[in-house]
Amino acid sequence: MIYLLSFVLILIGLYGVLTRHNIIKIVISLLVMEYGIHLFLVVQGYRTGGVPPIVDSGIEKELWLQQTVDPLPQALVLTSIVIGLGVLALMVALSIRLHQRCGTFDIRKIKKLRG
Amino acid sequence: MNDPRERTGMSMIVKTACGWLKGFILLYGIHVILYGHLTPGGGFAGGVIAAAAFVLIMLAEGEQSALQSFSRKAASTWDCLGVLIFLLVAVLGLFVVGTFFVNFLTTPESARLTLFSGGIIPPSNIGIGLKVCASVYLVLLVLTTQRPGSSPSTPEDAS
Amino acid sequence: MTEIIIIVLILLMIVGALVAIETPNLLHSVISVGAVGFLLSIVFLFLSAPDLAITQIAVEVVALVLLLRATIRCERDDPSPGHWLSAGRLAAMVMVIMLVIFSARMFAEFPEFGRPVIDRFADAPSNTYLRDGLEETGAANIVTAVLLDFRAYDTLGEATVLFCAVIGAISVLRPKAKKRLHEVDAEVEL
Repeated sequence: MIYLLSFVLILIGLYGVLTRHNIIKIVISLLVMEYGIHLFLVVQGYRTGGVPPIVDSGIEKELWLQQTVDPLPQALVLTSIVIGLGVLALMVALSIRLHQRCGTFDIRKIKKLRG
Repeated sequence: MNDPRERTGMSMIVKTACGWLKGFILLYGIHVILYGHLTPGGGFAGGVIAAAAFVLIMLAEGEQSALQSFSRKAASTWDCLGVLIFLLVAVLGLFVVGTFFVNFLTTPESARLTLFSGGIIPPSNIGIGLKVCASVYLVLLVLTTQRPGSSPSTPEDAS
Repeated sequence: MTEIIIIVLILLMIVGALVAIETPNLLHSVISVGAVGFLLSIVFLFLSAPDLAITQIAVEVVALVLLLRATIRCERDDPSPGHWLSAGRLAAMVMVIMLVIFSARMFAEFPEFGRPVIDRFADAPSNTYLRDGLEETGAANIVTAVLLDFRAYDTLGEATVLFCAVIGAISVLRPKAKKRLHEVDAEVEL
């Protein structure tokens, strides 16, 4: 159920990328898609009643190993979130430059790209 | 009222609140970076939080005030310095043990779960934190001086 | 109980994402996507991922500032893209529905929620990280240990990507490029 819901979030982003005409809307759709993918990856490492993967000295090792969630998807998604911020900055910079040249965010009106 | 800083940025309430908060936000970012190997957080989260402190100064008090506390040139320097720290830690492993990125500082049993543990992880966290903080601040600085409504012929600092 | 809370939060995220994509006002759209990001941070907290929750909430603030900078001085309205059942929209809907149909089999083979992959494979790398992480690296936070010790090459690549993205953004927006662009425009008009 939760897998399906996060997949729905990815599909909403895909739908937005395909149908919108405003560049900022396309950037926002990509952001929604990214959120869905992060959620999908992190949910795969979850354990019911799990504890965060941080060693606690007050708990026995074997018991802790049976309770903790998977740290690997979390580490990779952490990398992905920060890369997403960098890519978002690049996309916003490009759309601002495009707005300065063409005066609009509407991709149907930007004809100068045809050369 | 004759102070030019009074006229830029937002209202006085926002500026006073920002003056109280900016130090604490920066301190929290540094704490998250330094304790990244013991508590949730690390270089990425702490760097973005520390950058948020400078972004708050930029939004509340204007760009000039932010440039006084963290100039553009300093941001580029810290950005490169962060990557260099990270790479230096990696290359040191190559020289000391013989493998790139190996954790050559072993932690003794008694030092576990204290601040000075984790071998190369705290220096790497500091490098990444500096890098992320300076990068995010630099991008927002460039985007602020170049916003879409501004006329294309305004002269900006070309440094 | 946690599952129900997470499902409710994800449903709220879906509503926020739909509002962000469908509303005609760009400012409302940016604020809605901010709500989606903060809800995602709460979901991470319920999924026992406090590192991700902290990072997500900080990144979301900066991303909102970036998007607001882009939209606040320009035209705020996205003119309605024609009839709601235009050909392009229909094609997009068909594509999305086809993806759902083809992925149904994948979801049938997924394990149920709450059973991680590391339970089914005893030699999964995550088990090694969890068991030997503290002894080998000395870091109590296993996520940081994976990021900066076991898989430090990934982090090096990530730093490189961030560096390139920032250099790209700065060089796209640098003031000197404008003059050159205007010169190009003048040459084209000539």
